[in-house]
Amino acid sequence: MDIKSYIDSGILELYVAGSLSEKENGEVYALMQQYPEVTKEVMDIEASIIKLTASAAPKDIKNVIYEAIQDKLDSSNDDGQSKVIPINKQKNNWFAYTGWAASIILGGTLIWMSNQNNALESQVNTAEIDKEFLEIQIENINSDLADTKKILNVFRDKDIITVPLAGQAVYPEAYAKAYWNKQDKTVFFDLQGLPEPPEGKVYQVWSLALNPLTPTSLGTIDDFKTDANKIFSLENTNESQAFGITLEPTGGSESPTLEQLYTLGAIDAS
Amino acid sequence: MVQLDTLIAKFKQKDERAFKTLYDMYSESMHGVIFNIVRNNDIAEELMQDVFIKAWHKSDSYDAKKGRFFTWILNIARNTAIDKTRSKSFKNSAKNLDAQFFVDIIPTHESLDKKTDAIGISKFVGNLPQKCKEVIELLYFKGYTQKEAAEKMEIPIGTIKTRNRNCINNLRQIVLE
Repeated sequence: MDIKSYIDSGILELYVAGSLSEKENGEVYALMQQYPEVTKEVMDIEASIIKLTASAAPKDIKNVIYEAIQDKLDSSNDDGQSKVIPINKQKNNWFAYTGWAASIILGGTLIWMSNQNNALESQVNTAEIDKEFLEIQIENINSDLADTKKILNVFRDKDIITVPLAGQAVYPEAYAKAYWNKQDKTVFFDLQGLPEPPEGKVYQVWSLALNPLTPTSLGTIDDFKTDANKIFSLENTNESQAFGITLEPTGGSESPTLEQLYTLGAIDAS
Repeated sequence: MVQLDTLIAKFKQKDERAFKTLYDMYSESMHGVIFNIVRNNDIAEELMQDVFIKAWHKSDSYDAKKGRFFTWILNIARNTAIDKTRSKSFKNSAKNLDAQFFVDIIPTHESLDKKTDAIGISKFVGNLPQKCKEVIELLYFKGYTQKEAAEKMEIPIGTIKTRNRNCINNLRQIVLE
């Protein structure tokens, strides 16, 4: 640091005047500790300002004024020691203690209330999550109920043709039922009695004409595992004489793999 | 300046002798500053008492890191006097002080003989350029910050610093050598 140009900048004159910021004051103070020439400069400036300002004093009565100051200081001390200050002190202390106590209680209360508030908020959150969960359940149940009613209506419909499908060689215990509504060309398959298809396989439903044997695919059952009641509706525009269900690779096949024929049922012509 | 530091330390411990010594060092200077602001002997004397009693009670608040002791008490004096000029009772009896500088009062003293260098100072201020009178008035007697002084005098803030330095250099040659 170039101390000479620092001194020449005029900052020390402002320092003595009290015109600098607190930060600048700190900087000057630090440099004074480090460089004796800065301290000397500050003291010279100060001395000259003291003389200049003193010359503006009206007359030399500083001793008279000092006596007045001393009287006031003494009297405030005397009064204080005899009675006023002890009372004041007690009062001050009492106020101080009360103040501290009040603020501690207030502080404690605030913390407690904040904790209570947090606890309540978290309870409200939990309750809301529970509520949402219940609403979803109700919705699911309502939707299941609607499905069930729809199925029930299907079964009660007088136009419906019921076709039992019996288990075949590959899985004799299997069974299924078809409910065919010729009017609106839909057929419902109840596949409750079929085993879950292995990975990579799906059931494919066929409409069959018997003479000659002509299979027509009605589609594959892709959501067998996830469907709860195992009743599936498919469109059927054919003049079907029988329905068959085979196990096919995912995506279905062009024609049925007869070795994997699970169930088969002919439609009662009458 | 270990001596001054010791004195101030004792003063902060409410040592009355240290207080008296500091009073002797700075009281005339403060009297000059206060009188220049209020321009009334009785009010200046009353304020002198207020200033040093305040200093006594607030001695704890002085921190050498924040500035010179002289500057600390100078601030108390200027603020006390300026507060007084804003009071209702003062305004009722007030003359227009705005146009007057400290330089106006120095040569009019009846007691120029009180200090040998007082004559030197009155010569000095008599010969001061107007710019110096103004900048010294604002910075030392009125407690303006550098920025406030620059605005008041309508000059760049950097100019305040260099101009003031030149003015104070002249003063130092007269009073210190």
